[in-house]
Amino acid sequence: MVQKLDTLVETASQTAGPYVHIGLMPTYAGNAGYYDEEIGVSPIEDGCDGEIIEITGSVYDGTGWAMRDALIESWQPDAKGVFPGQEGADPKVSGHCRFAADADTGEFTLRTVKPGKVKGRGGVVSAPHISLWVVARGINIGLQTRIYFEDEDNSSDPLLARVEQRPRVDTLIAKKTGEGKYRFDIRLQGEGETVFLDI
Amino acid sequence: MSNFITTDSIKDKGPLIPRNRDAHPVAYDPGYKTSVSRSPNLPLLSMESSPSEETGPTFGHGKLGALDNNLVLNWTKGAAPAVGERILMHGRVLDENARPVPNTLIEIWQANAGGRYRHKKDTYLAPLDPNFGGCGRTLTDENGYYQFLTVRPGAYPWPNRGNDWRPMHIHISVYGHSFGQRLITQMYFEGDPLINHCPIAATIKNRAQLDALVAPLDLAHSRPLDYLAYKFDIVLRGRRQSMFENKLEGM
Ligand SMILES: [Fe+3]
Repeated sequence: MVQKLDTLVETASQTAGPYVHIGLMPTYAGNAGYYDEEIGVSPIEDGCDGEIIEITGSVYDGTGWAMRDALIESWQPDAKGVFPGQEGADPKVSGHCRFAADADTGEFTLRTVKPGKVKGRGGVVSAPHISLWVVARGINIGLQTRIYFEDEDNSSDPLLARVEQRPRVDTLIAKKTGEGKYRFDIRLQGEGETVFLDI
Repeated sequence: MSNFITTDSIKDKGPLIPRNRDAHPVAYDPGYKTSVSRSPNLPLLSMESSPSEETGPTFGHGKLGALDNNLVLNWTKGAAPAVGERILMHGRVLDENARPVPNTLIEIWQANAGGRYRHKKDTYLAPLDPNFGGCGRTLTDENGYYQFLTVRPGAYPWPNRGNDWRPMHIHISVYGHSFGQRLITQMYFEGDPLINHCPIAATIKNRAQLDALVAPLDLAHSRPLDYLAYKFDIVLRGRRQSMFENKLEGM
């Protein structure tokens, strides 16, 4: 025998299940007014600095079906690349949003501010991106991914550089569809499968 | 150049400890049919955490209402209590370094005592309880401690294989202090025979990890003539801080 470590093991994940919305988005689940204030209603307040953008997309399962029950959370810095809680952060950016696929169309929309570049450990600079976390029935542990933007310089981003099969980088890049509008689809499985992250 | 630790690096708590995927359920499990088309085929892209994963949203007490962690009363705003066996669900949120995680948001949702959710998609024949909504939320205190007063949720059948039933369970969502710590899990109840027949519980292949989702009856914290207690501790990812974290110039 050897000595015991002092570390604990992370609690195992379980699927968020089909009724995740009652817990996290009561109004969406048909229970408006449950809480005085819901969490993650919008990542920004009116008057925040930067360009307001709208990202629309769907989450597709392995059969190509746009899932109606996916719930997504986003996390991002402000237009200058400063995260909420850090010194100098835009007070009108909470950076966090909860949004769900529409029950009829399977389409989601995230309205937010375009994030700035972020300086990380050792001065490494990441291209502007929004972190996503996707949960639903059938997803046993939340799937992490990122939205990058096709009209930004992504050439030296440290995460994108690690994608070995270069065409797969495309799955992480939102396509511009109009002024301030982007399309970003998530494919859980199969052809065009989104790069999911273990970070 | 400078070979001392700067103020900036003292603030750096280090990267998140990489996730041990063996401690978690498998993504693809034919026993849980919906996972078959919703599990990535390709490996995840692993990388050391960055500010995007090490920072995360915080929530103040200002957002929370006084009854938010009392599911017996919160749907009716205190006007009438829910039907069911009254229980206290309580415990601590810790990180992998066994440090408490204070001030973090925990949200729960569950079926009522008959096994029915207040969700427009749930059409199970058990009735809705007009006095039960089925969700709650709270912030951990400075020691990482939290508690909810609720009713024991009923087991319920679900369309999967011919005759699958979910054991009694409460769904739990936790933030931690970093977006990379984000976790959703489920709490089960000690002694429930359905745990060993549940395909969702069985997506966790490590038995010790499944056992860690089963809350023991906690008579010491039960309140006589009022409620039974169940203890449920939650462990989130930790950070790998070390005095050697910041490489010195030339090393
Ligand atoms: Fe459930």
